[in-house]
Amino acid sequence: MRDSFYSLADQLVAQCAGAEVLLLNFAAERSDFVRFNNSLLRQAGNVLQQYLDLELIDCDKHVSETISLSGDGQENLRKASASLDGLRARLPQVPADPYLLYAQEVRSSEKTGACKLPPVKDAVGAILTAGAGKDLVGIHAQGESGGGFANSFGQRNWFATHSFHFEWCLYAQGDKAVKSAYAGFEWSGAELAAKMATAAGQLGALGRPAKTVPPGEYRLYLAPAAFAEFTDMLGWGGYGLKSHRTKTTCLLKMLEEGAAFSPLFSAKENTVEGLSPNFTDAGYVKPDSVHLVTAGRFDTCLVSPRSAREYGAEVNSDGESPSSLDIAAGDLPRDEVLQRLGEGVYCNQLWYLNWSDMPACRITGMTRFATFWVEGGEIVAPLNVMRFDETGYRALGSNLLALTREREFLPDSGTYDARSTDSARVPGALIEGFRFTL
Amino acid sequence: MLETLESRFAQIQPAVDFCSLRYVREVGESLTVRQDVPEPAACSDDAGAMITVIHQGGLGYAATSDLTVEGLRRAAAKATDYAALTAGRSVTDFGALTMPAPVGEYVGPARVPWSSTSLGEKFEVLKAACAKLKVSDRIVDWHASIWHLAHETVYLTSTGGRVRQELSLVAPSLEAAANEGSDTQGRSLGSLRGNCRQGGLEVLEDCGFHTSSQRIAQEALELLGAENCPSGRMDVLLASDQMMLQIHESIGHPLELDRILGDERNYAGTSFVKPEMFGTYRYGSDLLNVTFDPTRPEQFASYGYDDDGLPAVKEFVIKDGLLVRGLGGVTSQARSGLPGVADSRACSWNRPPIDRMANLNVEPNGSTFDELVAAVERGVYMETNKSWSIDDSRNKFQFGCEYARLLENGKLTHVVKNPNYRGISATFWRSLKGVGNEATVGVFGTPYCGKGEPNQSIRVGHASPACLFGDVEVFGGE
Repeated sequence: MRDSFYSLADQLVAQCAGAEVLLLNFAAERSDFVRFNNSLLRQAGNVLQQYLDLELIDCDKHVSETISLSGDGQENLRKASASLDGLRARLPQVPADPYLLYAQEVRSSEKTGACKLPPVKDAVGAILTAGAGKDLVGIHAQGESGGGFANSFGQRNWFATHSFHFEWCLYAQGDKAVKSAYAGFEWSGAELAAKMATAAGQLGALGRPAKTVPPGEYRLYLAPAAFAEFTDMLGWGGYGLKSHRTKTTCLLKMLEEGAAFSPLFSAKENTVEGLSPNFTDAGYVKPDSVHLVTAGRFDTCLVSPRSAREYGAEVNSDGESPSSLDIAAGDLPRDEVLQRLGEGVYCNQLWYLNWSDMPACRITGMTRFATFWVEGGEIVAPLNVMRFDETGYRALGSNLLALTREREFLPDSGTYDARSTDSARVPGALIEGFRFTL
Repeated sequence: MLETLESRFAQIQPAVDFCSLRYVREVGESLTVRQDVPEPAACSDDAGAMITVIHQGGLGYAATSDLTVEGLRRAAAKATDYAALTAGRSVTDFGALTMPAPVGEYVGPARVPWSSTSLGEKFEVLKAACAKLKVSDRIVDWHASIWHLAHETVYLTSTGGRVRQELSLVAPSLEAAANEGSDTQGRSLGSLRGNCRQGGLEVLEDCGFHTSSQRIAQEALELLGAENCPSGRMDVLLASDQMMLQIHESIGHPLELDRILGDERNYAGTSFVKPEMFGTYRYGSDLLNVTFDPTRPEQFASYGYDDDGLPAVKEFVIKDGLLVRGLGGVTSQARSGLPGVADSRACSWNRPPIDRMANLNVEPNGSTFDELVAAVERGVYMETNKSWSIDDSRNKFQFGCEYARLLENGKLTHVVKNPNYRGISATFWRSLKGVGNEATVGVFGTPYCGKGEPNQSIRVGHASPACLFGDVEVFGGE
């Protein structure tokens, strides 16, 4: 994929004239997707997609188009050249853009990984074998994905990976299930079997009669996947420079009233240890990390090229949301969590979070999957789903008791438009007085 | 393109029980003016095809943006391999399905074609609408935008099916954010969860794009000075642009047959609705009549045929409060043995069809808006969705709106901010005690309904009158 993209880029750049600047972003994947339900196959197939985004700049005017490409080099050149001609014709019709900013210093880079994936039929066979006799539902995705950047200054960046992501639930009864994931670059049937056995072992507790608790404030442990869901909300307009300058950030009280989270809470965008490419669509290379919240206080905004030009700041991000979120660990050993929780709710997953009062950083959402009622430091019963409505300033602030010493690395299983390269590294969190409402 | 695809499809069909080719091309354009500065004009041209093969009981698909004969041939081979992989170990015997072989054409409305004005003229329209949003220094962010998509599909089957469909989709948006200290309040024309319709540039006129800027900005300012929405159990009158969300989340998704069959349990969730409830379950009060209607041309998710070739037909899914029909296409109907609708849809060429709700509407009744207001002693009137959250069984929900006014002794009184309400789907619709007439109906939609593995974000439409609910748990912000 890289060689064909670079070749196409060279040919398109050669078509530029005068003061024209051309930015090219390429994204492609060859993916197998296999869905399971009731430990049987539901839907299985393959997707080959390739997209090229062309942005043509002439002085302070610019226009862009994203086109799908085929596997044929000559056809791709014909289509991309036609797109470039179309952009050239549109350029005089658009107004000048005072916030246009793109990299002019050439910083090429390359990051690739070898393919160690099994034939998809082998992975499917292993999953069906491991799930036999159980109620398994989920999806296995695997294949090559990659992308590149090229511009008319000669910069070339490339990023490619061969990865798999199997995410599944084992259901005990009704809506009670254990959710698991196995993701990586090198498939191991033994590792899958071990993860499946661990999940199956957790089903026993879910088979007990479920408990319902009335709305109220409860002591709560959010396991890493659940805590990632909660803290992910802060990335929804919380860290971006544009949201700060327009007063639309969910962290507005930090800006206006000096509000803070607990000193236990620190978050950063950790590009160097994440899975996403380290270059932006405008050709900037991202810093290795950006400290977003340090010891409970807001630290640094994520800044896109457009915001950098509009507000006079340095570029450090693409879209002003984290793609490699890293939340600092605490000092609570994971094997002491139940004991420290004592009596309360042990939640493995949260679901469908949204703002109930964004300027106040108040979030609503649901518990999901393996969530338990704990008494005397022991799991007593699965808990029926509960709705919460709680502010970040309480849950991550005055009521945050501890974060676990161990963290989990959670690759994003999202496949909207394309397989996501986002990830998060997150501890578990012990919180008191968490508000459940329904 | 139809003839070219037919020729290529004829050349690449493998020797299998059934094969189809679904071609999709979408040409999009997105234009925005923010704070009176035009943002980069972005357009897209995305084309590809999915080959589906059913053979010896298995089903496989392969999607490709390589539309050459060789590219399609490779896709057909992969789809055939997948059909072999799934044969005998799938959730159903796909060979037993009766796949439609439709022949026809559907062209959606576009009275004023998108191409009838230049790019420069469109920017002038946006600049005019944007400028009118800045009514005060306290308006801290504002923008006007239009998104257009020209959508073309061709569906061919080895059994003689041959369908071409062409749609024009438009989504105008106006938004204003007002700030004072640590409070920011936003107001919009519905944004991309609102005035999304099929049509041409006439959609701008129809949804008030040219005339709403000042109202939106003024209402954002009003919210800044307003008290929080009160808390307690009371009547709630929902405008049609909030009913859209209420229908979508707590009727549409629970009735999707693939959720009921468990396909979505790892991601989008299951449903509190069970198969045995169809035909017997009282979903809402007698006033509740809900239709699946992909035949209403101006709605966002209208079409002539679904992506498995079923012809679009309007159907009641809830009649006089009684649940009568699920939302599922050919495959789910066969698997469940339940009546369904023509709603097997994919978001594009690179995702397989699954059960999607398309247009799902509440039918109007006889009450005028004033009569609905007059019926309330104490309550809140809410407009325009802002927040949405519901459990994985589509039961416990909490929704928030941009704008609200108190209802006191049969009259609309002062504005309140941060209006939220929560409830349980299984009982909420039984508290429906007033349904507005045709004059209260609004037509809305969104391109962002997420579901499926691999994930798909698809267009849906909802038309609804204003509706009055009793004894709802209402609350405000911090």
